[in-house]
Amino acid sequence: MNLHPKATATLALIAPLALAALLLLAAPHAEPAIAPASSAPDFTLRTMEGPNLRLQEQRGQVVMINFWATWCGPCRQEMPHLNRLFEKYRASGFVLLGVNVDDDPRNAAEVAAKLGVKFPMLLDTDRKVSHLYDLSSMPSTLLIDRDGKVRYLHRGYQSGFEDTYEKQIRELLK
Amino acid sequence: MSARRGTLIGIVMLAAWLGGCSIQPWVKPYERERLADEMMKFSRDTLAERHIEHTREVREGARGATGVQGGGCGCN
Amino acid sequence: MAAISTSNRLWSRLAALLGGVLAATGARALDLPKDRGEALVHSYSGGGVTANGPAVLVRKSVSDQVSLVASYYLDSVSNASIDVVTTASPYREQRSEYAVGVDYVYRDSQVSLAASTSREPDYIANRVGIDVIQEVFGGMTSVSLGFTRGADDVGKHNAPEFSETATHWLYRVGLTQILTPRWIASVNGEALADAGYLGSPYRVAQVFGAAVPERMPSTRSGRALNLRVLGDLGSRDSLRAEYRYYWDNWDIKAHTFEIGYRRHVGEDWLGEVGLRYYSQSAALFYSDNAQAETLYVTRNRQLSTFNNAGIGAKLAYTVSKVPGQYDFKINGAYEFVRFKYSDFTDIRTGNLYAYNANLLQLYASVTF
Repeated sequence: MNLHPKATATLALIAPLALAALLLLAAPHAEPAIAPASSAPDFTLRTMEGPNLRLQEQRGQVVMINFWATWCGPCRQEMPHLNRLFEKYRASGFVLLGVNVDDDPRNAAEVAAKLGVKFPMLLDTDRKVSHLYDLSSMPSTLLIDRDGKVRYLHRGYQSGFEDTYEKQIRELLK
Repeated sequence: MSARRGTLIGIVMLAAWLGGCSIQPWVKPYERERLADEMMKFSRDTLAERHIEHTREVREGARGATGVQGGGCGCN
Repeated sequence: MAAISTSNRLWSRLAALLGGVLAATGARALDLPKDRGEALVHSYSGGGVTANGPAVLVRKSVSDQVSLVASYYLDSVSNASIDVVTTASPYREQRSEYAVGVDYVYRDSQVSLAASTSREPDYIANRVGIDVIQEVFGGMTSVSLGFTRGADDVGKHNAPEFSETATHWLYRVGLTQILTPRWIASVNGEALADAGYLGSPYRVAQVFGAAVPERMPSTRSGRALNLRVLGDLGSRDSLRAEYRYYWDNWDIKAHTFEIGYRRHVGEDWLGEVGLRYYSQSAALFYSDNAQAETLYVTRNRQLSTFNNAGIGAKLAYTVSKVPGQYDFKINGAYEFVRFKYSDFTDIRTGNLYAYNANLLQLYASVTF
């Protein structure tokens, strides 16, 4: 009994402060490499079917790039919603590019097939493009307007995000 | 009271300094494939771990810091 | 007055820094624990004690951010241990444990509440706890804090007038850090405080060769520090190493070493082998046969000088799996442990006591 009140007081004081101090370590998110309204860095990647695809060639269309991996739960959850958006707006000048960062592209192809993915799948196996875009979360979804400028960046996926995506796509398609 | 204030100031300064240091996370979210494997989890099966931890706690004098939050018992 | 206002300013400045940081970290999210079902059959046999029984656990998310868990654990104990056999007669009893918990996930944080009750005919142990996990530093670091309070009711067979209580406070702190794309490490600390009736109404100590009821202190305060490292070795296998140091104010000092190797075999099998070594030094007032009258005295072998070494193996078979939907596994685990006491004698033989224990688990787990 004689030690416990002191332990409580010490822990009650130190613990939240220690937590706050550690939270501050997360502070360096000051300047992301991709700031909204900047030009989307160009890249060329191999698609799952074989031929290369270059981002610059999509200029004039609204492009959504979704970085995903088979080992990421929220990424898989998001896929059906992205599929739906692709089917709905592809005729209006909307392009959805999936970029997979798995070590094993065959595994990625298998999972993509199982999820019934219909939009183009690009393979970023050496993760150079992920590094170029300085991704800070998995999944990461970017919306690029017809002039090639990054307009929206979504980190992670939570249910409800697909409604925001749809709103933003419609806005950029106008 | 002043010792407590000193500790407070010390911690805030340390935190501010660390924040200012801008250490960037060196393992990016897209590099975590190996860590997502189930064999790379410290804790997998709750019940099995609880059982093992219980058999140890009952027979050994040491307790705690294992990551398993079990219950107590009068098993002597 | 000046001291108080300076403190206030520091607190508000800290709060402002905190607010700024939380805003900057973005929409990263901790994943809500997956829905899960576990059914286990467990068996322990060693030193004259056998404890077997089933256990079940169910976890279900009720919304995007909240997950509930409930479990039931049964221990059917048949006790003919050295203590029981030399001072009383073998007995059987059942212990059931019920536990419930709630997990709430918001962005990078998780708050978990847990409550459990363990019931045997002569002992009721209740626990209530809270744990907070916070992911920081781009998700590379995970900080956790936890607190559990326990309240026990101690009884005694055939002695309804015997009624004691014990209280426990457990404080936990932990840090898990991703070191490289293949290695993670964690540091965990725990402070334990116990007060009340900490002994056993059945146990006797030995003073000058005569049996006397044991006399235990009514408080105990301990600390544990655990270091773990886990790494992917590159060929679908991983290595784990763990060390824990425990010390308390009963003068017990204990070391635990653990090492484990896991390997994927084929598409469906995951195997693991492990070694564990534990050693401790006796409590201050422990004595196999006390040669002096002391305030506290105990012959509880759990508090003596001893070591144990264990070797174990585990095998998991994936019966069916659809990534992102469900994962059904059947698992088996076996461990052999040898206990050797340095200052506890088997009074039936006069030699230092030692025994072997076998631990077996068979369980099925489904993750949704």
